[in-house]
Amino acid sequence: MSSLVPDFDVQRVLVTPWTSDATMNGWIVLMGFLVATTCGWVGQYLLLRRMALMGDALSHSILPGLAGAFLIASFLNPGTADGAGNARGATVMYLGALAAALVTTLLIHWLHTASRVKQDAAIGIVFSGLFALGVILITVFADQVDLDADCVLYGEIGTVGFTDYFQLSGRDVAPLPVARMAIVALLTFAWIQLFYKELLVSSFDPGLASSLGIRANWVHGVLMLWLSVVIVSAFESVGAILVVAMLIVPGATASLLSTSLPRIFSLIVLHAAISSLFGLHLALWLDCSIAGAMVVTGCGLFVLAWLSHVIRVRRARHASLPQDAPPGTLASPSVTPNPP
Amino acid sequence: MSTRPSYARLLPCLLVLSLLLPITALAASAGGSWEDPAGFLGRTLRFLSLRDPAVRFAVAGAALLGISCGLLGTFLVVRKLALVGDAVSHAVLPGVAAGFLWSQTKSPVAIFVGAVLAGLLGTLTVGWIRRTTRLKEDAALGLVLAGFYAVGICLVTMIQRLPTGNKSGIDKFLFGQAAAIGSGDLALMGVVTVLSILATTLAYKELLISSFDAAFARAIGLPVRLLHEALMLLLAFTIVSALQAVGVVLVSAMLITPAATAYLLTNRLHRMLILAAGLGLITGITGCFLSFLGNNLPTGPLIVVSATFLFGLAFLFSPQQGVVVRWARRRARRHRVARENTLKTLYHVLESRSFHGDDVSLGELAQRRRETLEDAAREAQALVRHRLARLHPDGQSLILTEAGRQRASELVRNHRLWELYLTHAADISADHVHEDAEKIEHVLGEEVVRKLELRLNYADTDPHGRRIPVPRAASRPNPEPGASRDPLPPAAP
Repeated sequence: MSSLVPDFDVQRVLVTPWTSDATMNGWIVLMGFLVATTCGWVGQYLLLRRMALMGDALSHSILPGLAGAFLIASFLNPGTADGAGNARGATVMYLGALAAALVTTLLIHWLHTASRVKQDAAIGIVFSGLFALGVILITVFADQVDLDADCVLYGEIGTVGFTDYFQLSGRDVAPLPVARMAIVALLTFAWIQLFYKELLVSSFDPGLASSLGIRANWVHGVLMLWLSVVIVSAFESVGAILVVAMLIVPGATASLLSTSLPRIFSLIVLHAAISSLFGLHLALWLDCSIAGAMVVTGCGLFVLAWLSHVIRVRRARHASLPQDAPPGTLASPSVTPNPP
Repeated sequence: MSTRPSYARLLPCLLVLSLLLPITALAASAGGSWEDPAGFLGRTLRFLSLRDPAVRFAVAGAALLGISCGLLGTFLVVRKLALVGDAVSHAVLPGVAAGFLWSQTKSPVAIFVGAVLAGLLGTLTVGWIRRTTRLKEDAALGLVLAGFYAVGICLVTMIQRLPTGNKSGIDKFLFGQAAAIGSGDLALMGVVTVLSILATTLAYKELLISSFDAAFARAIGLPVRLLHEALMLLLAFTIVSALQAVGVVLVSAMLITPAATAYLLTNRLHRMLILAAGLGLITGITGCFLSFLGNNLPTGPLIVVSATFLFGLAFLFSPQQGVVVRWARRRARRHRVARENTLKTLYHVLESRSFHGDDVSLGELAQRRRETLEDAAREAQALVRHRLARLHPDGQSLILTEAGRQRASELVRNHRLWELYLTHAADISADHVHEDAEKIEHVLGEEVVRKLELRLNYADTDPHGRRIPVPRAASRPNPEPGASRDPLPPAAP
């Protein structure tokens, strides 16, 4: 038992990482921060639309998309499609993920509109079926598909490979995965800024959205496609299941602390920063999965926010309405759609 | 369901057959002899004879799991809790790790206890989050799923660092390994299956009521909350017993997919339970078989893929819910309405010349319907195909057959009766009733027509002053001689 939880050695956990391995750990924290921020932003819209579990579904059903894309690539030009490391691999990965997201979204929609199967069951059937198909594809075509189901599920931020650098005018700027994630994060930020109104209105009030001429279906489709891009950029560092945590936990924590959407978005950034930094140190202390530790830290922050929320609600109820307060009335002011 | 087609009872059998067909096709293409132990037929024989102990264990395990997951999944699907199974199956991971740590071996009992506790804690946490915050169900489920799973991943990576952890095979809980099912696991699955069968049979009525009408259940004093918690406990049991065979990720499919398939095939809960358990059993065995055929293929995904395949078939071809079946039904109805409209036009043409002569030329039809001659010819062909009319030998005019004449006058009668009814009973002005009557004339049944006639006192003229025809088959009582043939004024309310 004692060997399970190592002693808390300040030198090893807090000092050495920033003296001897500073570059490596810096990139890890930055990567975790970028993944958590991007996922958190996109995930906030999923939360608002009550589709948090679509993230779960997409993150699983991307597996057959990736397997299929690698398979097709290896049939088209044998011997060139290797791994996710090079540019071609990345293109193939993104195309496969987009196709998988499209198929999943359409299938789920079709299942629950064309039959009496409810949406939750439709989600469960589609993603588990596709995931199983993906596992089988990977096992059967193990030679052509350079993927590992375990790797897709777990992912590990420490093994992402920070050796290949993205170069700009001859100088190393950032490791490739970090650079890619940074681009996705910037695009997400730009996307939210550009389509803030459309996303906001169609998330809060689909009726108003359609009367304003916003095509809710298109917003939904683009959100799902972008979600798949974010997931596929994130999953090699955190794995398919922890992506779900990255999508939900920051937004859920932030929306317990604030009711204004712009403030929620800033809180998500703060949450991402704290959980990636403290997560790294937690992982160094316990010597466990870094991505897992980051999510555990994020969940810890959620629990803190939850407790403070509960205490605040208790106190407010005692102060203003000692009796007759229906539970949840004070606790639930809906998120107000303030402009940015 | 009085309209239930007679082949509906055969449907489960058909589903199973369709699962077996690809396998037989494979067999035909593979050839080989029964004696060759490595060939397809040889392997099939080895599988069917259950000679290998590993096969015996795997098949028994998958069958038991299929039954218990099917039964519980049914309640998850009808209670709209489908994704709770997914959340719980991920949430048990830290419990598995803790159980392993506690016993320091892969002891099924310790892992079982730890996992059940973690699963229950997960469902309770979902409830707490829902009650104390404004986060929605999906967010609560996602939080529990991902949070517990992350703790589990941390614990597993820490265990794998331990000297005893390397060979623990604890990572097998992610995807499961049906080949490694031991007698201990099998006993556990047996107990869980017996428990779920007992629970569903003993508390069938209570579960039925609380699943479909929780308010009513509470009103008649059923312990709804307790039933829910008991179901969750049973769910945790089932999920944990399934981990060894199919793993964390795919348990939820074992729960949802067969139950959803059954949901598409029947409207009764008891039939759905039996169907779901049966489908779970069959897909479990099929998955084992496929995994045994293809060396090295993981069993869990194969079970899930065959279950999903069956779901797809039910989704497309279920007699009431099937997408293809409903599409075909709609198409048939559309074509029938088109034919009946043609028939009606023929009747109108004949009526306009006071039923002199039998044949209506295609030109007249086209003119009346304001369409091209080609369209009229196509419609005429449709009538001929259904023996409602025949073509004159010159090919240019139509003669209604007896059946066609009968149906045409029925339609016109329905139309005019309905117009009369709307103007008299519903006080709608005569120039507003045509559109409505156009729609309803195709669906009015004889029984309703009898009542309409009675209500309208066997009137023989519609609001536009045209005669309401009397189809030959419809015998109507002779009204009193000299009695007024005008419809009665609408009855006083």
